[in-house]
Amino acid sequence: MRIPILELERIVLVSIQVDLTDNDAMQFQSDLVERVAKIEALGVAIDITALDVVDSYMARVINDTANMVRLLGAEVVICGIQPFVALTLIEMGRGLLGADCAFNLAQALEILKRRIAKRGDTRFIEDEDV
Amino acid sequence: MLLIQDCVVPPPLHWPTPYGYETAVYLPIHWESDVMAASRQARQLAERLGFSRSAAYHIATAASELANNARLHAGGGWLYANALFDATGETVIGLELIVEDSGPGIADPELALTDGYSTGSGLGCGLPGVKRLMDAFSLEAVPSGGVRVRAIKWR
Repeated sequence: MRIPILELERIVLVSIQVDLTDNDAMQFQSDLVERVAKIEALGVAIDITALDVVDSYMARVINDTANMVRLLGAEVVICGIQPFVALTLIEMGRGLLGADCAFNLAQALEILKRRIAKRGDTRFIEDEDV
Repeated sequence: MLLIQDCVVPPPLHWPTPYGYETAVYLPIHWESDVMAASRQARQLAERLGFSRSAAYHIATAASELANNARLHAGGGWLYANALFDATGETVIGLELIVEDSGPGIADPELALTDGYSTGSGLGCGLPGVKRLMDAFSLEAVPSGGVRVRAIKWR
């Protein structure tokens, strides 16, 4: 199953709604980095509201994806982690997710915009003014 | 403190009907979809047995972790989840997960249970994570060469 990748100006939105198989995960990661590089995205929001079981494998996929995007030069925020997922992840050991998190997509976008502005990337701000 | 040997565990050689049996779930694990099914069914079983929601999520994550291990490192195996009863056989006191694979075994079990050690495909907190999520944990080699992991969550 392919994960849809949406663009909102120069922010990329993805929502993971099902557990990813190995192939899905690789497909998703390559699709995402390709898109981010193509539009030179400034930020990426990864929404995992629909995931209710995140094991260490899934956590690694999300983590790796976030790091890949960061390497390209975009900001990343993960949003919508379910309370029970947070409980289980911490119980399992350490905060598995290295990226920043937000409650929902709206907050994630806020954080991304703020961070992009702080970074001094004026292209995005110009876009907004138009 | 309840000990594992005090619990009534069904004999492992005689499995109940794979599906539809209320207090046990048996699933062969070969594909990734089996791992998801294992996690889902373990959670449903836990909820049926009256575990709290957080305990059910812990069990689901542990099942997913163990099933993924069996698939990734040993090429497959099976998962068996069953209710544990007290001596009267009426009250559910826990849920047991047994995952056995037919792979090459674990060379150094001590090392595999160490945080941060990974052979490559995970974060290195799978087995130690399961140990923390569940209340009792054992890892043993089976004669066929594989590994059997038992983990219990008391209710």
